[in-house]
Amino acid sequence: MTVVLFTFYAFAVSTLLGGLMTVISRNPVHSVLWLILSFLSAAGLFVLLGAEFVAMLLMIVYVGAVAVLFLFVVMMLDVDFAELKAEMSKYMPLALLIGVIILMQLALALGVWGFSDGYQGRILAPVGTATNTAALGMLIYDKYLILFQLAGLILLVAMIGAIVLTLRHRVDIKRQSPVAQMMRDPALAMELKDVKPGQGL
Amino acid sequence: MIGLEHYLTVAAALFVIGIFGLFLNRKNIIILLMSIELMLLAVNINFVAFSAYLGDLAGQVFTLFVLTVAAAEAAIGLAILVCFFRTRGTIDVEDVNVMKG
Repeated sequence: MTVVLFTFYAFAVSTLLGGLMTVISRNPVHSVLWLILSFLSAAGLFVLLGAEFVAMLLMIVYVGAVAVLFLFVVMMLDVDFAELKAEMSKYMPLALLIGVIILMQLALALGVWGFSDGYQGRILAPVGTATNTAALGMLIYDKYLILFQLAGLILLVAMIGAIVLTLRHRVDIKRQSPVAQMMRDPALAMELKDVKPGQGL
Repeated sequence: MIGLEHYLTVAAALFVIGIFGLFLNRKNIIILLMSIELMLLAVNINFVAFSAYLGDLAGQVFTLFVLTVAAAEAAIGLAILVCFFRTRGTIDVEDVNVMKG
C-alpha cells in the first residue's frame, strides 16, 4: 500500500510540476519538454488506475505525435520569444487572481461532492473479467462504433485541413521534371571529340 | 486503493494550472495551445478516475475521443499558426485581428 501511495504522489507531483513549468518556463523548447514530462506522469497515474490502454495511447499520441509536433513548430518558427515573454510579469497578478478563484470554486465543489442515489444502476459499460484493452476493444467496436468512426473522420478532416493550410507552391525554386528526364536521349547527351596531341579544341 | 478525491484534486490543480497559463502567456500562441492541452489532460484524468472507481468503462472510451479531438486541435492550431507566421512574421495574439491571409 505504501509503495502504491508513494508512486501515486511521485506521479502526481511530477504531473503538476511539469504543468507548472510548461506554463512559466521562459524557453518554449523547455516548455515542450516539461509538457512531455507531464504527459508521461499522467500516463503513470492512468496505469495506477488500471487503465493501461489509455496510458499507452497517451504516450503514443501525446508524447509521440502532439509534443513532437509542438517541438517541431517551436524550432521551425523564427520568433523572438524573449520579447513575447517580457510582459509576462504584467499579467501575473490577473492570472494568479483568476487561478486562485477557480481553484477555490473547484475546492468548494469537491467539498460537497458525492455520488447520487442508485448510480450503480446507471452504469453504461460494466467492467467484466476481460483485460482492459480487450474490454475497450469490445466496447468501441460494438457499442460506440459510430462515435469511433466519427473520431476517425475528425482526424481525417484535421489531416486534410493541416495539409491544405500549410501547402504552398513556390515558383522561384528548381523542381524535378520527370517527363524531361524520361524523354532525354542518351545518344545526344554526350559528344565525343578527337583531340590531337599538342592542340586544343 | 488510493481515494478518488486524490485524483480529482490532481486533475483540478492541473486544470487551474492550464487556466493560469492561458492568462499568463497572453502573447505566445504556442504556450496557449500547450495550456489547452494541459486542461484537456486534466479532464482525461477525471474521466479515467471516475471510470476506474465506478467500474464503468465508458469513461475510458470518452477519454479516447477527447484524445482524438485534442490531437486534431493541436494539428489544426499549429497549421494555422505556421500559416499566420508566414504572412505576418509574428505569433503575437494581439496582432491577430484580420481574417485575411
